[in-house]
Amino acid sequence: MNDAALVALSPETVLGEMKKNGVTHVVWLPDSETNWLYLLMKAEPSLRLVGVSREGHACSIAAGLWTGGAKPLILIQNTGMMESGDSLRGWLLGLNIPVVLLVGYRGWTRHGITQDTAATYTERFLMAFGINYYLVESDADAPRISIAFEEAERTKRPVVVLVGDEYHGFNR
Amino acid sequence: MHTADMLKAFAPYREDAIIVPGRGGRYWIDLTTRPNLDVPLRDPAMGGHAGFALGLALGRPDKKVILFDSEGDILMSLGMLVTIAEQRPANFYHFLIDNGCYATTGGQPVPNADQIAYDVIARGAGYPRAFAFSELGQFSASLPDILNHPGPVFVAAKVVPEIENAPIGRRRRWQTRTRDQAIKDLRVGLGIG
Repeated sequence: MNDAALVALSPETVLGEMKKNGVTHVVWLPDSETNWLYLLMKAEPSLRLVGVSREGHACSIAAGLWTGGAKPLILIQNTGMMESGDSLRGWLLGLNIPVVLLVGYRGWTRHGITQDTAATYTERFLMAFGINYYLVESDADAPRISIAFEEAERTKRPVVVLVGDEYHGFNR
Repeated sequence: MHTADMLKAFAPYREDAIIVPGRGGRYWIDLTTRPNLDVPLRDPAMGGHAGFALGLALGRPDKKVILFDSEGDILMSLGMLVTIAEQRPANFYHFLIDNGCYATTGGQPVPNADQIAYDVIARGAGYPRAFAFSELGQFSASLPDILNHPGPVFVAAKVVPEIENAPIGRRRRWQTRTRDQAIKDLRVGLGIG
């Protein structure tokens, strides 16, 4: 593993995790820095992108996709995740939907001091809802995405992957 | 038009479509002949029925998915119409039961209830076809044409409000299955897991 893999999360790695886990649909709203990932997903024939205009919509769409036999992934930012509270409760937790949410961790600083309240409340929000989560900051952490997929399937619950680097500094 | 009459008019055309009855569930349960292809979820979280039905339609493009949405739900998620229009699922039929009010909370009007045109909003969002009906005869006569063409299509139906004021605990419990069971039954019916 080279140094870059230890310090950055590449969009190719994230896409590889999606394909490895059989994702069929990505229900998403653009994150601050997801454009490289968007271009890759758009070019990937095995994925269908479902764009939403408000993150809560992603929960009911994902619930319908899973019920119909597809394998959705939700790709949003922590701000939108918090806005989605009632949809998370009703459409994912309430219906036992096994889905992974890849959530950009806006404001994450690693050292706990942040000026961004989006980061302040992210993990508290997940704990309040009893949703398990994993932190991914670099390619070296990427196997945790597969762990999240396995856990969602086994527990029939949503599982969150917090992307600590917020897709910043992709290798391009 | 009454919701029950509207659903009764639709019932003969159902064939093997998946039905998401939304707030029409309490009437549909007495009309359905294929309950294992129904998903009566009542109200997991308001505003989400259209998204759930869209997901189903995208997940099962081989099956017609027919949603009976409500105007209170749609108003919470107008942006969902744009997503549906962009995805353009040919198997998606979006009916709107518009009683103009929040009937289960005592009948308070939805915002701008008398002026809003949901079919115009749907067309503006990009639905290729959208209709509005306030009279049962016209609605019934149009159903074959609506259902014989590909979706997505939006059909707004103005219905008489049937307001509930009884305490929730004393209302008729029309559901015979839990939400979880309804989803499991549908997946079995579709041959999934």
